[in-house]
Amino acid sequence: MAAEVERNAGPNTRHLKLQGHVGFDSLPDQLVNKSVAQGFCFNILCVGETGLGKSTMMDTLFNTEFESDAAPHTLPGVKLSGKTYDLQESNVRLKLTVVDTVGFGDQINKADSYKSIVEYIDQQFENYLQEELKIKRAIHCYHDARIHACLYFIAPTGHSLKSLDLVTMKKLDSKVNIIPVIAKADTVSKGELHKFKIKIMSELVSNGVQIYQFPTDDETVAELNSTMNGHLPFAVVGSNEEVKIGNKTVRARQYPWGVVQVENESHCDFVKLREMLIRTNMEDLIEQTHARHYELYRRCRLEEMGFVDSHPDGKASSLQETYEAKRNAHMQQLQQKEDEMRQSFVVRVKEKEAELKQAEKELHEKFDSLKKQHAEEKRKLEHQQNKLKEEQDNFVKRKMIYEQEVLMAQQAAQSQTIKGKKKFHW
Amino acid sequence: DFILWTYRKWNTKAKELEGYVGFANLPNQVYRRSVKRGFEFTLMVVGESGLGKSTLINSLFLTDIYNDKEYPGPSLRIKKTVSVDTSKVLIKEGGVQLQLTIVDTPGFGDAVDNSNCWVPVTDYIDNTFEDYLNAESRVNRRTMPDNRVHCCLYFIAPTGHGLKPLDIEFMKKLHEKVNIIPLISKADTLTPEECKQFKKQIMKDIEENKIKIYEFPDTPDDEDDNKENNAKNTPVPQAPILEVNGKKVRGRQYPWGIVEVENLEHSDFVTLRNLLLRTHMQDLKDVTNNVHYENFRCRKLTQVTSGDQKPSRAAKASSKNPMSQFEEEKREHQTKMKKMEAEMEQVFEMKVKEKRKKLKDSEVDLQTRYEQMKISLNRQQKELEEKTRQFEKEKEAFRQKEDELKRRQLDNAKTLDMNKKGKEKKKTSLF
Repeated sequence: MAAEVERNAGPNTRHLKLQGHVGFDSLPDQLVNKSVAQGFCFNILCVGETGLGKSTMMDTLFNTEFESDAAPHTLPGVKLSGKTYDLQESNVRLKLTVVDTVGFGDQINKADSYKSIVEYIDQQFENYLQEELKIKRAIHCYHDARIHACLYFIAPTGHSLKSLDLVTMKKLDSKVNIIPVIAKADTVSKGELHKFKIKIMSELVSNGVQIYQFPTDDETVAELNSTMNGHLPFAVVGSNEEVKIGNKTVRARQYPWGVVQVENESHCDFVKLREMLIRTNMEDLIEQTHARHYELYRRCRLEEMGFVDSHPDGKASSLQETYEAKRNAHMQQLQQKEDEMRQSFVVRVKEKEAELKQAEKELHEKFDSLKKQHAEEKRKLEHQQNKLKEEQDNFVKRKMIYEQEVLMAQQAAQSQTIKGKKKFHW
Repeated sequence: DFILWTYRKWNTKAKELEGYVGFANLPNQVYRRSVKRGFEFTLMVVGESGLGKSTLINSLFLTDIYNDKEYPGPSLRIKKTVSVDTSKVLIKEGGVQLQLTIVDTPGFGDAVDNSNCWVPVTDYIDNTFEDYLNAESRVNRRTMPDNRVHCCLYFIAPTGHGLKPLDIEFMKKLHEKVNIIPLISKADTLTPEECKQFKKQIMKDIEENKIKIYEFPDTPDDEDDNKENNAKNTPVPQAPILEVNGKKVRGRQYPWGIVEVENLEHSDFVTLRNLLLRTHMQDLKDVTNNVHYENFRCRKLTQVTSGDQKPSRAAKASSKNPMSQFEEEKREHQTKMKKMEAEMEQVFEMKVKEKRKKLKDSEVDLQTRYEQMKISLNRQQKELEEKTRQFEKEKEAFRQKEDELKRRQLDNAKTLDMNKKGKEKKKTSLF
């Protein structure tokens, strides 16, 4: 049996023979010891209509009683509520998270029912991705809340899948490992069950729904897994009550017509479910979630954020180049916004300046015209003043002439008088 | 800065399960998967030539990784400069397949001037980290080839005195990049006391220089002298199988006795092999992945994403991831811009107000001046009117006077005339 490393070994790898016992065959044990010391983590999502026995199924699967209240049918939307429990079996510790879809299938319009489920699953992927992308990260002690398995509870109508089931499973099959189970299978008789299972599987196939297939590549479990694949979907019955059968006390449901024993393989497929889900393939479910579903989510998300693995010209870009390119684009964007804002301000300032300049000009023009007016009036006034002055000067002259004439007249009068007097003297 | 590797915290009171559920089978599932995958390990050997590196490797793995013909050991391949070579081998044991990569450094410490001879080594390790980082950060990551060095065996020459400057320098440059396990080579030249002394001195030198070598986590049966165990001594046993006391052992035969490779009293070889291969191989890989690689990644991403920022800002950013860092920068920038916008708006309003006020003031000023001018003009006009009126009055008064003068003049003239005429008459009458 060739291990992956042997298959992937390059041409330069020599295969050497050991001359004794070296001791590295303890490597798997070293790995196991580490895992056990770290503890395991498993998250199950239960999707199904209210009242199909999801919580009871969880109790039965893990052989304990998780505290859960029965949900009413009156919720307006689908809510997901998760509870985490620490379980231990021999030296193995398991951190189990059970997420229930409350209110699924109760609304009149169920078109959006699947949305909150998809959102929840994506949110867990997103949280993991954010942690993985951090510069300083603690990815190995990160509490992984990603959903590892989704148990889809199908109502035991006996006929076919409901359209809500098909729609929901189609939306979920690329995000999570879906394991469909027929709930409350004690209402379906053996013959009906057989037909029901075939109908369900064919409907899933024809609608392209990819449910989880138990892996058949490991020799030790391949045969078991492939047989089980043929029994899908498992018809299960859950019970919190115990009934005494013979000298044993077992989980069972007591009816007037008989007792349905949960762990009786001819009564229902519960044991198969438990075997596949927990005892054989739990690790594979975790692995698939991480390697397939998470990687797909991550790929889409990174592409959304604008990351590419290689340039258009075919050259692969390193992380540094990618970040630098993103950073440059980012800085450019910021710079552009800044420039735009400044630009808008410059325009406003210019506008305002022009406005104010215009107002100033008008003001000056107004006063210029007033000044001109004023100058005109002043000129007129001066002209009048000059005229007055002239007249006054003329008047003064006249006065002077008058004075002179008066003086002359006086003199003449005087001389006349003297003359007369003289004459009279003769 | 070492990132603490912590195990997940647990509720001490786990739920009691009634009956067997079956997840106790999980370890087996893990076991199966790991065997199906196979294991990889990369071991680096560093030391001057002739210290027995190839022989030790061959002995550790009990196979001819180095042989004189096709794959000579590093001491036989010295070139002018230190080179870093890798060789891959695949070995199987008990159903477990291990792909072992040996990295050796021919030429290390063998030149006359050994300054910076560790640079090819640090570069090699950094390159493997960078390759892994790039592979891990790709959008499509189907296969992530892992060439990271999990352990470095450093060979110390058995001088018996202490570490040489080259040893110290090398370890200082590499202790935060790779798990270093120092070995005293060719220890069959040291007596037990000398060996103990030498180990003590080496550990002292290591502590004084604050070198962090790989510390084997406490194994339950290993309480004593853990510190001393950290410096292992080994002989050079590519030893043929000899017979000692009727047993077949590997050993080196000297005239004075046989040094048994696997005798714990003769050398720590067995301890080294157990710790390296049988108990701590996985831990070496984990420490490389969780501590050394994360340190590298942290430093590299900080440098890449905040190359132009101040170091204090970069330190704050390290707890986020670069994408959210972009988002935050965007938001910061937005607030900065809003503030800037508000400031610019304020300045703008203020300037407009100033200019408006100036305009208003100058308007008022001009208006006042104009008013004054008008007032003075009015005043002058009034004065003029007054003067004119008075002048008219004067003129009128004067005209009257003038008229009188004219009349008197006329009278005088008449009188004169009459007198003249009279005189003349007189004159005439006399005769």
